Amino acid sequence: MTTTTAAPTRPRISLQRKRQRYGWFYVTPFLAIFALFFIVPLGYAAWMSLFSSTLAGGSQFAGLGNYVRAFTDPLFIGGIGRVAAFGLVMIPAQLIVAITAALVLDTLATTLSKISRLLIFAPYAIPVVVGALMWSFLYSPRFGPASTIFEWFGMAAPDFLSSSAIFGSLVNIVTWQWAGYYMIIVYAALRSVDPAIYEAARIDGANGFHIAMRIKVPMISSSMVMVITFALIGTLQFFTEPVVLRSMAAGAIDSAYTPNMYAYALAFQYSQFNYASAIAFSLGILVFIGSFIFLFFTRKQSGLK
Amino acid sequence: MKNRLLASGAAVAVAAVALTGCSGDTQASCTNTITKTDAEQVTVWAWYPAFAQVVDLFNETHDDVQICWTNAGQGNDQYSKFSTAIEAGSGAPDVLQLEFEVLSSFAIRDALVDLSEYGANDVRTNYTDGAWEDASSGDAVYAIPVDGGPMGMIYRADIFDEYGIEVPETWDEFADAAQALKDAGAPGVLADFPTNGRAFNQALFAQAGSTPFVYDSANPQEIGIEVNDDGAKEVLAYWQDLVERDLVATDDAFTADYNTNLVNGTYAVYIAAAWGPGYLGGLADADEDAVWRAAPVPQWDTANPVQINWGGSSFGVTSQSDKPELAALVAKEIFGTEEAWEIGVDQAALFPLWTPVLESDEFAQKEYPFFAGQKINEDVFLEAAAGYEGFTFSPFQNYAYDQLTEELYAMVEGQQNADEALDTLQDSLEQYATQQGFELLN
Repeated sequence: MTTTTAAPTRPRISLQRKRQRYGWFYVTPFLAIFALFFIVPLGYAAWMSLFSSTLAGGSQFAGLGNYVRAFTDPLFIGGIGRVAAFGLVMIPAQLIVAITAALVLDTLATTLSKISRLLIFAPYAIPVVVGALMWSFLYSPRFGPASTIFEWFGMAAPDFLSSSAIFGSLVNIVTWQWAGYYMIIVYAALRSVDPAIYEAARIDGANGFHIAMRIKVPMISSSMVMVITFALIGTLQFFTEPVVLRSMAAGAIDSAYTPNMYAYALAFQYSQFNYASAIAFSLGILVFIGSFIFLFFTRKQSGLK
Repeated sequence: MKNRLLASGAAVAVAAVALTGCSGDTQASCTNTITKTDAEQVTVWAWYPAFAQVVDLFNETHDDVQICWTNAGQGNDQYSKFSTAIEAGSGAPDVLQLEFEVLSSFAIRDALVDLSEYGANDVRTNYTDGAWEDASSGDAVYAIPVDGGPMGMIYRADIFDEYGIEVPETWDEFADAAQALKDAGAPGVLADFPTNGRAFNQALFAQAGSTPFVYDSANPQEIGIEVNDDGAKEVLAYWQDLVERDLVATDDAFTADYNTNLVNGTYAVYIAAAWGPGYLGGLADADEDAVWRAAPVPQWDTANPVQINWGGSSFGVTSQSDKPELAALVAKEIFGTEEAWEIGVDQAALFPLWTPVLESDEFAQKEYPFFAGQKINEDVFLEAAAGYEGFTFSPFQNYAYDQLTEELYAMVEGQQNADEALDTLQDSLEQYATQQGFELLN
């Protein structure tokens, strides 16, 4: 190899580059901690997932064996299927509640709307575990209000924790918990729209419903994409609510109910740390692919194109 | 410049490691206060609330060794931490409390020291055969027994009187009593059959002669599995029948609902272990009119009674301990005095496996205020403890229990019968064992 041009002297360090160096200095503590507590554990988990260890057989290098096993494991696939089904029901439910509430609150400008906004948002302020525990008491056949209410009509209350009802019970908890948070995001986006547009529409003869559906919703599509992305990731990683309810409905919610729960059970209850790492990574990959596909198809609405 | 940057980055990283790493291997924090700071310390994880007094007692009476106690959570919470520590290679205490059912699961991971090398057999005579059998496998001793769970039947004498129910001595009479209670129009049921009963359900099966696992730590790669033997099938078919006739409830155990049903009379009978009265005593909102009595657990064949056990715990020494000899001494001696057991029995409602107390007149004659002064040890639990012959658990007991729960749930939901439930369980456990590298006996 030959060089065509010889550098005459070392280039002088520009002021801008000097500044960049100081920037690095400020970022270093973050990067160090990020590396130590995120990259290193992640790398270690990835490394662990390449080994296979059994109770009686000891540990050996397995390459991608655990991943092959994961994607042929009926429990993992079943869990993926289940969270997908949850997503199909839960995400639209959360979205409809959030958007409806935001649109209504946007039109009202009274003290009542402020209080309502706070009330709808309140469930999000409650820690997920506490929320799930609270609902598990509401669902309880003995303490729950349902049994009392049904008794007034001389009927027996449905068992919210039975295997046939548990799906709906979980959807209800998650929607209750998150709709308020999404509502705030959508509401904030609505507030940033210039009211002059509505005025123009009204002069053109549009009524409130038209304005909501034809103007407001399209104009906040990028924040809705964000909301759906959050909801999608959250649903695929579904964990806390079913874990809390499992303590009351161990039969209806098995240890592999969602992929995250499966990884948790494998690691901490069945001592299969290697396979648990592989399951966790497989889920991570699916979450990444899922959100990527979603963001790709909505790149126009989200303004990412 | 680049090098200096790297160096400063490295310095920050090192500082971060030092900050987080310092709590790991130096002085551990203890819940108790240690006054004899010169003595060597042994770290212990245990969960009884009354354990603080036992620790203080031990520390007062020992000058060469002091216990540093931490409550790392009860049962599975503590096991998760221990399991993670094993995987990480550090972080486990010297000694920890373990239920008998998990000993094999930890032994197979080389997490526990074989205490027979540290004089465990010297104290062997202080324990019943059944208790020692539960704490050991073959010649190896994995833990020193502490408390046990010999089973009996606790019942509501007031409900029995009100509806004219006789105290059942056999399971046939038990079924009749359940029917009689329903026919008499009682608002509750005779008992609960929890599908998540885990050790409880397994104990019921064992009473009819079910021995689901054959396992010896001398040959850790071999396991015999027969969860669908005749005993288990007979017992499960019996309960399936009661469930189908609506004579028993099928609520999950240890939930808020279950606890309420226990104390408000919804269940007239609580088939319980010796720690059951202590558990009941700790529950709120008990029925004021409740009159509790204890009776022996019903039998399949009164001519050949079989005693069973539910729960109970022991102290094991972890393989991460750098002073196994001292740790073994702690495991042997912590519940090896009458003073310690006075606290254990009175404060923590433990059922001792240590024979000097277990076989003492004082324990036999102890009157329990909860049972209006009934001598429940003499009447029920001492005989149950003496007749118990031990049980072999699998080295993947947690998995086995989870699967059992699923199959029993499918049964009470009407998706399968008792035989199918146990056959499916057998298949799934065989498959799991093979996949975990075990060779199946049979």
